[in-house]
Amino acid sequence: MRIDLNEIQHWIPQHSRILDLGCGDGTLLKYLIDTKQVQGYGLEIGSEQINICIDKGLNVIEQNLDRGLGNFADKSFDTVLMTQALQTLHFPHLVLDEMLRVGKECIVTFPNFGHWKARLHLFTRGRMPVSDLLPYEWYDTPNIHFCTFKDFEVLCHERKIKVIHRQVVNESSQGFFKDIMPNLFGETAIYHLSKS
Amino acid sequence: MPDVIPADSVGLVVPQIHHFTQPLLLACGKTLDEYDIVYETYGQLNTAKSNAVLICHALSGHHHAAGYHSMEDKRPGWWDAYIGPGKPIDTNKFFVVALNNIGGCHGSTGPRSINAATGKVWGADFPMIRVRDWVAGQACLADVLGIDCWAAVVGGSLGGMQVMRWALQYPQRIRHAVVIASALKLSTQNIAFNEAARKAIISDPNFYNGHYIDHDSLPKNGLAIARMIGHITYLSDFAMGEKFGRDLRSGNFNLGNAEPVEFQIESYLRYQGDSFANTFDANSYLRITKALDYFDLAREYDDDPVLAFKQASAKFLVIAFSTDWRFAPERSHEIVNALVGANKSVTYAEIESKFGHDAFLLPDQRYQQVFARYMAGVSV
Repeated sequence: MRIDLNEIQHWIPQHSRILDLGCGDGTLLKYLIDTKQVQGYGLEIGSEQINICIDKGLNVIEQNLDRGLGNFADKSFDTVLMTQALQTLHFPHLVLDEMLRVGKECIVTFPNFGHWKARLHLFTRGRMPVSDLLPYEWYDTPNIHFCTFKDFEVLCHERKIKVIHRQVVNESSQGFFKDIMPNLFGETAIYHLSKS
Repeated sequence: MPDVIPADSVGLVVPQIHHFTQPLLLACGKTLDEYDIVYETYGQLNTAKSNAVLICHALSGHHHAAGYHSMEDKRPGWWDAYIGPGKPIDTNKFFVVALNNIGGCHGSTGPRSINAATGKVWGADFPMIRVRDWVAGQACLADVLGIDCWAAVVGGSLGGMQVMRWALQYPQRIRHAVVIASALKLSTQNIAFNEAARKAIISDPNFYNGHYIDHDSLPKNGLAIARMIGHITYLSDFAMGEKFGRDLRSGNFNLGNAEPVEFQIESYLRYQGDSFANTFDANSYLRITKALDYFDLAREYDDDPVLAFKQASAKFLVIAFSTDWRFAPERSHEIVNALVGANKSVTYAEIESKFGHDAFLLPDQRYQQVFARYMAGVSV
């Protein structure tokens, strides 16, 4: 399982009600159902991903996040999750607001565009970074709104979002550096949020 | 007309009729003292009787959902693309039951049947029917077949309304509910179209207030117009344009030419209307469209569909089609949102299709995939 997914489970209570935005092939949702007995729904737009979710017997709903979450009632979920999808949204800040309306708490993970590899790529080559983590060319990518950890912290501050937990994870090691200078050495951020 | 039966067909099928002698109390307060239900089955019922799937038909549907009645049949049953060995409703796994609803005109008791009390054709005196009456009739058929609980109840359009009613009326008798291109209730526009269709029928001089059989007459023109109106709403603008365009069947626009011009779409609609008028009963059409109009799943739950679905225990698959404007995807969203609100299991797919409401009957790769993969997860 992807490393950010592995970390998230610690913040999900048993038997809670979960909404997973951009649930992909349902790996996390299935895991949380199996280990935490959560009641969960996943939103997804990829037809093959939806098929795989159906194979797993998950509650998957075809819905584009850019259409908002207006169909879900206030505080109707214990936790609203969104892993590695923030950067693909047209209006990430509005979706974030919606997540905090629909969920009592939210968990968001996203790739850090301030990682030293991305900075080095841009600095030395003068071109948009293409790496294992961000494998797309700028003109053909689902990732249209990159941010760094610092950018996200500023957004949370501006929108009065309370950060309950923050964590930085890397697929490879570099554990020591990422804890000291997360915005330079962290690959993926995990934020546990609520409305302050 | 198949020269050989295709390998993925259920093959030749024979309809069966069950005569019910236990009275059926209808929602309108009247009682059908006895009645017939005609049905077909495909596949084998397992010994635990846990693999039964019920197919609920839409306005013009009936019990002949799959396979052929004879080698002379021009076409297979109306949902043959989805029922058969290896198809989404896989008859190697499931025992499939398809029936003609009460009030219809394909063999089950309806306005064309004889009223035992009078010895005459029911005609306009046949009681008004509601979706819940169909579901009650289907439950009686399930009793006859020894099916305590359906593995799944499946239906498109008006059929989907029956599926939702099943989930509320008999929550312990349905494990999966597959609701395709349907709605919690008709929109105002839907009712308007139905009323235009009904008006066409009742203003036909051959209608005789519904007693046309007594007058040895049939309101074929009215019924044909009703079908034409309906048919327009089942297709998308795009699909109609692509299939017929502005092509002419006869005549031309040359100056000085007085010969009337006929567009292909005119001829097509007339053909659809006329052939429907030859096989369908006008009183059935009036009753079925009324049943559609009256259906409102949440009516007796404070108009709150969440409260309504709290009664259900089935898992739901909901499917809608992008260009369906008769039962638009927004109507399916309302179903899905209510199910989520009621904390019920639901999967929803919105199939990209050019074919409007009709798409639920037509072969489509993604639709088949979603449907088949969901049904594969239905335990038996």
